Amino acid sequence: MKLFTELFVAIDRTTKTNDKVAAIVDYLRLTDDRSKLYAIALLIGNRPKRPVRTADLKRWAADMGGIPQWLFEESYHIVGDLAEAIALMLPPGTSAVDYPLPSVIEELATLPELNDEKKEEIITNYWRHLGKDERFVFTKLITGNFRMGVSRQLVIKALAVYLDIDEAAVAHRLMGKWLPAKETMATLFAEPERGIRDFQPYPFYLAYQLEGAPELLGDIAEWYIEKKLDGIRGQIIVRNGQLFVWSRGEDLLTDKFPEFGPLKDVLPDGTVIDGEIIPWRAGQPLPFQVMQTRIGRKALSPKILREAPLAMVCFDLLEWKGQDIREMPMQYRRNLLETLLSSTAIPDVLLLSDLMPFNHWGEVEIFRQRARDFRCEGVMLKRKDSAYGSGRRKGQWWKWKTNPLTVDGVLIYAQSGHGRRANLYTDYTFAVWGDDGTLVPFAKAYSGLTDKEIAELDGWIKRHTLERFGPVRSVEPYHVFEIAFEGIQESSRHKSGVALRFPRILRWRRDKKAGEANTRADLQQLLDAM
Amino acid sequence: MLEFTEQGIYCPQADLYIDPWQPVKRAVITHGHGDHARWGMGCYLCHRHTAPILRLRLGPEIAVQVLDYGESFTANGVRISLHPAGHIVGSAQVRLEYAGEIWVVSGDYKLADDGVCTPYEPVRCHHFVTESTFGLPIYRFPRMEAVFSEINTWWAQNASEGMNTVLLGYALGKSQTLLRHLDVALGPVFLHGAVANVNAALIADGYRFPGEYLSPETNLQKRRGYAVVAPPSALGSPWLKKLMPYRVAMCSGWMQLRGARRRKGVDRGFVLSDHADWEQLNRAVTATGAEHVYVTHGYERPFARWLHERYGLRASEVHLQGAAAEEDEP
Ligand SMILES: [Zn+2]
Ligand SMILES: [Zn+2]
Repeated sequence: MKLFTELFVAIDRTTKTNDKVAAIVDYLRLTDDRSKLYAIALLIGNRPKRPVRTADLKRWAADMGGIPQWLFEESYHIVGDLAEAIALMLPPGTSAVDYPLPSVIEELATLPELNDEKKEEIITNYWRHLGKDERFVFTKLITGNFRMGVSRQLVIKALAVYLDIDEAAVAHRLMGKWLPAKETMATLFAEPERGIRDFQPYPFYLAYQLEGAPELLGDIAEWYIEKKLDGIRGQIIVRNGQLFVWSRGEDLLTDKFPEFGPLKDVLPDGTVIDGEIIPWRAGQPLPFQVMQTRIGRKALSPKILREAPLAMVCFDLLEWKGQDIREMPMQYRRNLLETLLSSTAIPDVLLLSDLMPFNHWGEVEIFRQRARDFRCEGVMLKRKDSAYGSGRRKGQWWKWKTNPLTVDGVLIYAQSGHGRRANLYTDYTFAVWGDDGTLVPFAKAYSGLTDKEIAELDGWIKRHTLERFGPVRSVEPYHVFEIAFEGIQESSRHKSGVALRFPRILRWRRDKKAGEANTRADLQQLLDAM
Repeated sequence: MLEFTEQGIYCPQADLYIDPWQPVKRAVITHGHGDHARWGMGCYLCHRHTAPILRLRLGPEIAVQVLDYGESFTANGVRISLHPAGHIVGSAQVRLEYAGEIWVVSGDYKLADDGVCTPYEPVRCHHFVTESTFGLPIYRFPRMEAVFSEINTWWAQNASEGMNTVLLGYALGKSQTLLRHLDVALGPVFLHGAVANVNAALIADGYRFPGEYLSPETNLQKRRGYAVVAPPSALGSPWLKKLMPYRVAMCSGWMQLRGARRRKGVDRGFVLSDHADWEQLNRAVTATGAEHVYVTHGYERPFARWLHERYGLRASEVHLQGAAAEEDEP
């Protein structure tokens, strides 16, 4: 893993995205194919689970370093990062062996089944034979908070350069949960003979928030206008008699949504539908919280299924009879979708997204302002002649959300409260993603969660603390919260460059992963729009 | 024999202070860094090569008495001598002997040979006063030669990309070490004024360093790929602008930590220190054979506790008022 360590160091060293991309390309050119797969998985954030207890790691490292536990703790406190502290405190290693990255990762995956003695033997053996930077990277892999400091988009860019295929194709290949052990570079990236692999979703086409006046979009007749519903964006895939339901966060949710099960016998093979999965009853969306009662549950009782019924409001058709039709105009795809859904065989878990019959932008604006009254978040504007793009491509699709302003932030710090809540972590700091893939704190919020949620989050925080600074803990960037606020201002005093007015937690977005939180650039857009 | 007072480390029998931070009659100065050599002493006693530095920093009119390493004098029965500390040019450990008892105040020191100053020599004693700037086991520095070759490789790479190289290090000590080991075949070397001044002060004692003073008149227009040695205070100053396009590196022991490297906002951090690392501190303390150890300047508490637990020494922490964290701010 020497080359991989060099890659980590090179990425860590620079804040310039071009340099990061170049470092990844260099790595891909130099390393073997199997290592590439494991490295790509790590780069896009598929990190291994923590295979050992932190307390054990500390003890083994202190023993090996020949220092008492208190001195280890004292030093760790100064360093702040456990993996780095361990790497620095171990006696100099030999670094004679170059362990292949794949075998390291595979061996780490077997650790949870081994007894403590064996675990210690394996890990200390690595430590003994790795150089300083390698030890750091290796230990980062086992402390469970491994991050490479690059965004997925940068990895895609580098792969596109290296493979000489376009970024959209790379993005597509990386979708879904693939295992490096079960792939080769060819199976992952080469055009499969039978087209797309069955389970594989298409990259979701994302819409930008509309900032300017809608009139700038031109003739309203050239646009489809739909309600922006508040659910989980998903793709329903039926290929070769199998059904797959993917969320935008690339979680395979097929088992979570048993109501979609019958679709595999109803939808023709080679069908992919894009839509919003949303709790729905009697022709009406239910509040998003209803969905939350289902997500995260291992077993779905009939009672839950009854109380939180789901449907997908379908708005696009990406694959039809095995053909990728994303490049066809939206109008064409929409017509096919309407035909498909109008078939009597289709169960009512698939609904058609209504087209709003507006004739003037002014009407849209009025609707948008009152969107909540219509149980939606605003409107979606899609050009009738638009292709289904990849990632965020500007100009074809817009979302035009209603007020207030909201941003999805990642919980990064928690502080214990006062008085009654002195031993609960109730004060939170949230971050958005910066350009360089680091998290930039942007808001503190104290209210908005129920007591039950606070208690649950408190337990999680205590189990997932990275560092402590007095009453404050830094936690793994994992949970995403929707933060609402009344205004946004430029501020040089804040790291994020913005100050928010009355930030509060609107809700816990359990359906989103840390990587799906908003970015610093999104904040800037909000700011520019004010 | 020594007391830790509000003015500094004091020897009542000889009536003199070591590195005092308030004006006193007689001061023995371990070396020329600002937190050890202060203004207003009646008389400064120091190593021969520290004298020009004191004059540069404190003014030509100060009264200075000089000694060579190993040379001694007696003050009211106390035999006092200076011994190489290996920290910077002229840096000395102060040995005091009275009635069979020996104390050594090491000042700042390192055991690694930097190729410029006289290397550290262990001095046997009963009482040893040690610094602890890097007194935690996370500070195990790489070999200096390895760092020098990393620096030269980096410079060569920058030059090949048409970039200039700015190396930041203390004007006194780090800069001379850097200059001694820069591969001048790679391109021209320029000096910040603070560095040029120190170099000039050391010439009379036979120290020669490469590099040309970068004056406001120096024309850099057509030059590319040169190296500049400057103090850390240059970072973020308008002075740096005229060196564009450049990459900048901080050379300091603190660069051992990733967080410190990132906070500085430099392109590279090289772990290069004038101070002893964890391993050297342990070696130095045990080599003195001292039974009593006084830990100052840095991680006093953990290092003292460690010395006590690990070696059974009577180690205590001493918090000197004037002690400033070195290697960070000048
Ligand atoms: Zn010093
Ligand atoms: Zn000092």
